Amino acid sequence: MTPIPAPEGDTPLIDMRNVDKRFGNGTVAVRDMSLTIRQGEFVSFLGPSGCGKSTALKMISGLLSVSAGTITVNGHRPGESTTGSDIGFVFQEATLMPWATVFENVNLPLKLQGVSKAEARTRVEEALSMVGLANFAKSYPRELSGGMKMRVSIARAMVTKPKLLLMDEPFAALDEMSRTKLNDEVLSLWKSLGLTVIFVTHSVFESVYLSSRVTVMAARPGRVVHDIALSGRYPRNAAYRMSPEYAESCRSVSTALEGTMDHVDLNH
Amino acid sequence: MSTLTTESPAAQLDPRIIRERREQRLRYILPLAAITFALGVWEFLVWYNDVPHYLIPAPSLIAKTLVTDGASLMQSAMFTVKLTLMALALAIVGGVVLGMLFALSRPIEMSLFPFAVILQVTPVVAIAPLILIYVSNTFAALLICAWIVAFFPILSNTAIGLRSADHNLRDMFRLYQATPWQRLRYLLIPTALPYFMAALKIAGGLALIGAVVAEFVAGTAGQNTGLASRILESSFRNEIPRMFAALFLVSVLGVSIFLSTAWLSRAVLGHWHESEIKREG
Ligand SMILES: Nc1ncnc2c1ncn2[C@@H]1O[C@H](COP(=O)(O)OP(=O)(O)OP(=O)(O)O)[C@@H](O)[C@H]1O
Ligand SMILES: [Mg+2]
Repeated sequence: MTPIPAPEGDTPLIDMRNVDKRFGNGTVAVRDMSLTIRQGEFVSFLGPSGCGKSTALKMISGLLSVSAGTITVNGHRPGESTTGSDIGFVFQEATLMPWATVFENVNLPLKLQGVSKAEARTRVEEALSMVGLANFAKSYPRELSGGMKMRVSIARAMVTKPKLLLMDEPFAALDEMSRTKLNDEVLSLWKSLGLTVIFVTHSVFESVYLSSRVTVMAARPGRVVHDIALSGRYPRNAAYRMSPEYAESCRSVSTALEGTMDHVDLNH
Repeated sequence: MSTLTTESPAAQLDPRIIRERREQRLRYILPLAAITFALGVWEFLVWYNDVPHYLIPAPSLIAKTLVTDGASLMQSAMFTVKLTLMALALAIVGGVVLGMLFALSRPIEMSLFPFAVILQVTPVVAIAPLILIYVSNTFAALLICAWIVAFFPILSNTAIGLRSADHNLRDMFRLYQATPWQRLRYLLIPTALPYFMAALKIAGGLALIGAVVAEFVAGTAGQNTGLASRILESSFRNEIPRMFAALFLVSVLGVSIFLSTAWLSRAVLGHWHESEIKREG
């Protein structure tokens, strides 16, 4: 477990120092997590169920407080008023408001922030065409497929033009085809907008396909056990999946992940 | 992102519209036909068996009574309508306000909920005489009785509805630092709306029941009285056709309330909520 040295001049966007999270019921979800993520990285959190991936993500976004240690995002504590629009969050479920149209759902962050109607309209339309749903602005969530709902959710996260995109197993419920397609869309958003992405996943293949770096976590208590930089060059596409580099990365990430399972009580 | 597909919404299909229209027409025609048929059978049986009108009057006689006694019956009907609608309106206001308080604060809920339950479970017939004694204005007393019956479902459903927001959506609102007012307006109220609508459908009927029961307890005293008093009065005088006519008006009132609340629910929720969405296929 060797931390990756930050290249000269690259500012850390997220800095987690010795972060603990203990819930009210005594569960230690995260222990002594230290992690530095630089601007523009694509980091995957990979680990068995219950190892604190979602908890870590929620602490970074300010939705959960830390029990010990510090987190700074862009120099601010998470949840401070300045970070609100800098973070986009995509949940495992699409989490759309069923009573609102696609347009209104994507517009929500802007409405909450008091962005003027005219500007909001152009930004929502932009975000929707970014995910290929420009024609569905007036549809209701129930009229969309699972993959389309997920794209709406991504559009909503992107509409505030965040610097940081947090995704918590966004495509876990989707079929392989939609998943592959959405993976490519996320990569292209990341590249074209210069985002920083933290992507939680259970899938070794997904993490290797997407990320520049994979953070492997273990459970009980949740902690980081490996931090693996991936050498695969971007842009990544079908050819990358066939490359020896990809196979090699999958192998080393799998090995690291298996290491975390030694401690897991399989009866759990 | 030029590689993305842009699918277009499914085009409207003609056969579906036709089928929908037919279904729409049947929705009115079938119940009307069934009721007309039942009335016909009734009329026929009364005529065929020569049933005396002080036992069971024929529908035609009831209709005639409705016309001849129209003025006084309509006046009574207006009284009952006014009573029911005011009770319902007050139940909505009281139920929603208290429901919001309950949803905001557990301690308030825990202290006040027992009172609401006691009011709810005690039959209104049993409390009505007391209320009529304590409240000198009869209309106000009747209003209180009807209100007690109608208000509980609104209160409890509003409180539950306001608490039912999806926890991820709550997080979403937190993330964007929504104000409490924004959270209420854009998340909690829309979430609670289906619960409220379900309660409204029940409360509409209950308000009428409460109004009629209270009128029965109050009896026929006073000049300005409702349909229940007409029914009582007719039964004393053995004017059975008039009794049926008043009964008919009560039913019409109940059905109208039911239809309006059902219509309102569909109008408000029809575009998104499962309970009101017409499934295709
Ligand atoms: N609100 C909470 N209260 C108490 N314990 C919690 C709470 N949320 C999570 N936990 C516990 O913290 C641990 C980590 O949970 P977390 O949801 O972060 O795991 P995860 O890595 O995201 O798992 P999964 O892959 O299944 O989503 C688990 O043991 C869980 O039971
Ligand atoms: Mg999780």
